[in-house]
Amino acid sequence: MSYINIKNVWKEYGDQVVLERINNTVEKGDFITIVGASGCGKTTFLKMLLGTEGPSRGIITVANEPLHAEPDAQRGIVFQRYSVFPHMTVLQNVVLAREFEKSRFLSRLFGSAKKQAVEEALTMIEAVGLTPAINKYPHELSGGMQQRLAIAQALIKKPRILLLDEPFGALDPGIRADMHQLVLDLWRRYKLTIFMITHDLKEAFYLGTRLWVFDKDRIDPQAPGAFGARITYDMPVGSVDEKASAKIRESLQQEDADLDEPAMSGVTP
Amino acid sequence: MKKLINQQPTKPFRWLLGIIPFFILLILYIGASNARLAENPNDKLLPALGSFVEAMDRLAFEPSKRSGEYVFWQDTVSSLERLGIGVGVSALIALIFGVVNGTIPYVRANLSPLITAISLVPPMAILPVLFIVFGLGELSKIVLIAIGITPFLIRDMQQRVLEIPSEQLIKAQTLGANTWQIIVRVVLPQVMPRLIASVRLSLGAAWLFLIAAEAIASTDGLGYRIFLVRRYLSMDVILPYVLWITLLAFAVDFALRKLSLWLYPWFHDQTPEGA
Ligand SMILES: Nc1ncnc2c1ncn2[C@@H]1O[C@H](COP(=O)(O)OP(=O)(O)OP(=O)(O)O)[C@@H](O)[C@H]1O
Ligand SMILES: [Mg+2]
Repeated sequence: MSYINIKNVWKEYGDQVVLERINNTVEKGDFITIVGASGCGKTTFLKMLLGTEGPSRGIITVANEPLHAEPDAQRGIVFQRYSVFPHMTVLQNVVLAREFEKSRFLSRLFGSAKKQAVEEALTMIEAVGLTPAINKYPHELSGGMQQRLAIAQALIKKPRILLLDEPFGALDPGIRADMHQLVLDLWRRYKLTIFMITHDLKEAFYLGTRLWVFDKDRIDPQAPGAFGARITYDMPVGSVDEKASAKIRESLQQEDADLDEPAMSGVTP
Repeated sequence: MKKLINQQPTKPFRWLLGIIPFFILLILYIGASNARLAENPNDKLLPALGSFVEAMDRLAFEPSKRSGEYVFWQDTVSSLERLGIGVGVSALIALIFGVVNGTIPYVRANLSPLITAISLVPPMAILPVLFIVFGLGELSKIVLIAIGITPFLIRDMQQRVLEIPSEQLIKAQTLGANTWQIIVRVVLPQVMPRLIASVRLSLGAAWLFLIAAEAIASTDGLGYRIFLVRRYLSMDVILPYVLWITLLAFAVDFALRKLSLWLYPWFHDQTPEGA
């Protein structure tokens, strides 16, 4: 059995079918990058893996057990929107995971335990380049800095499954490259299983071991909600040939034109 | 020349502009008072400023002939004590119930309708019930304040908890937090400044209930004194007392604001209007 099994999963909101007939298996240590047109259900899929949304039909299992229907420490997340705690400084935001873990009642650490947790947090903060801002509150940070904080906060927990929803969208190219190295490094070191949504096809090819494309393979012009998106491409990245990637690019652009939405930022050749 | 909406007065000028209306009011009062006193030197409605000083001097700095107490200070301490205990207890109850209601759906389903119903009962209408149940002592006055403002505070706290973005609660869970840890580290610290803000809003109502309760059944307190001397048309006591109550209300509000700014800078920086 594979680590994660997705069996005939559907997701519907009222009449609208968002996802349909999703079938796939994921091995431990896979780094799956997900691309697809805006609004096709990528975030919804991630929420199902997280356990905050249940599938309308079908079942997802992790390590041969049905997925826990609530978020827990096994699955870490970095949301599309900022999810750091506004009442804590950068350092406090990152130390928090250790405090939750080691102090079940007070949720606060003291003395040497605290010192150790702070040191660990400082290393992580250093890795995301926020050392000069450790005592700042999130509202004093730029959008990209907040996102890096969210990444540090999630990574310090070293969750077995890491869910990333367009985590690098707001970052400039230099920091983006640093973050890529950081994520790859942690992924290798801790054997994480990562699902990452991105709008940047180049990033998807570069980071992942597998690339999934979410797309509708059937469209009813009279009823746009009648059919949901499926995984239309699932390919090991690395062995990708130019033809396939051109095809993906084309299908994504097609989709964008259909939805009359601005072209994707990352589909430059 | 800039548009009117873009013109800012300089700081000293802003002060001056702010003080002028008070000054005009004072002048108007003195004018009206002089006019009435010229007609009838025994007029009690608009006493001269000197009479205020005299009356306050008597109440604040001479021991009362009957009890030997300094009436003005005694009244102030009694009233502030009732207000402080009443508001403090209300805030504590509101914090507990508001947070638990807001975070735990089962408790909310259980208690929310009851709290809504209680908040709709006009507190003054059950004042007689309070006097019957709790007697005419301190307790019934404190309970009146609590009944008057607690339901509002609880509902406000519950609302504030529900406004915390779900991403934060999910994030905390993925960091391994249980319900209790989410409450103490994520929810409580974020609603504390909001509690102070709603307490400040409810202070006006708290003063109202305090003065009403003191007026009806009490032996001291600012409200009691005002209603007592009303019988003798003692405007020379009533007006300074009203001024004093206003000042106290302002001071309490100001202190709470400063406290909140000092304890929760992150809150005030991101919500300038919420200050
Ligand atoms: N709670 C909800 N109730 C109803 N419809 C929803 C809900 N959440 C999402 N949807 C719908 O599901 C569809 C997919 O949304 P989703 O957020 O998964 O898109 P996405 O692929 O992540 O898009 P983007 O790339 O813009 O982030 C959208 O059409 C959206 O309107
Ligand atoms: Mg999304």
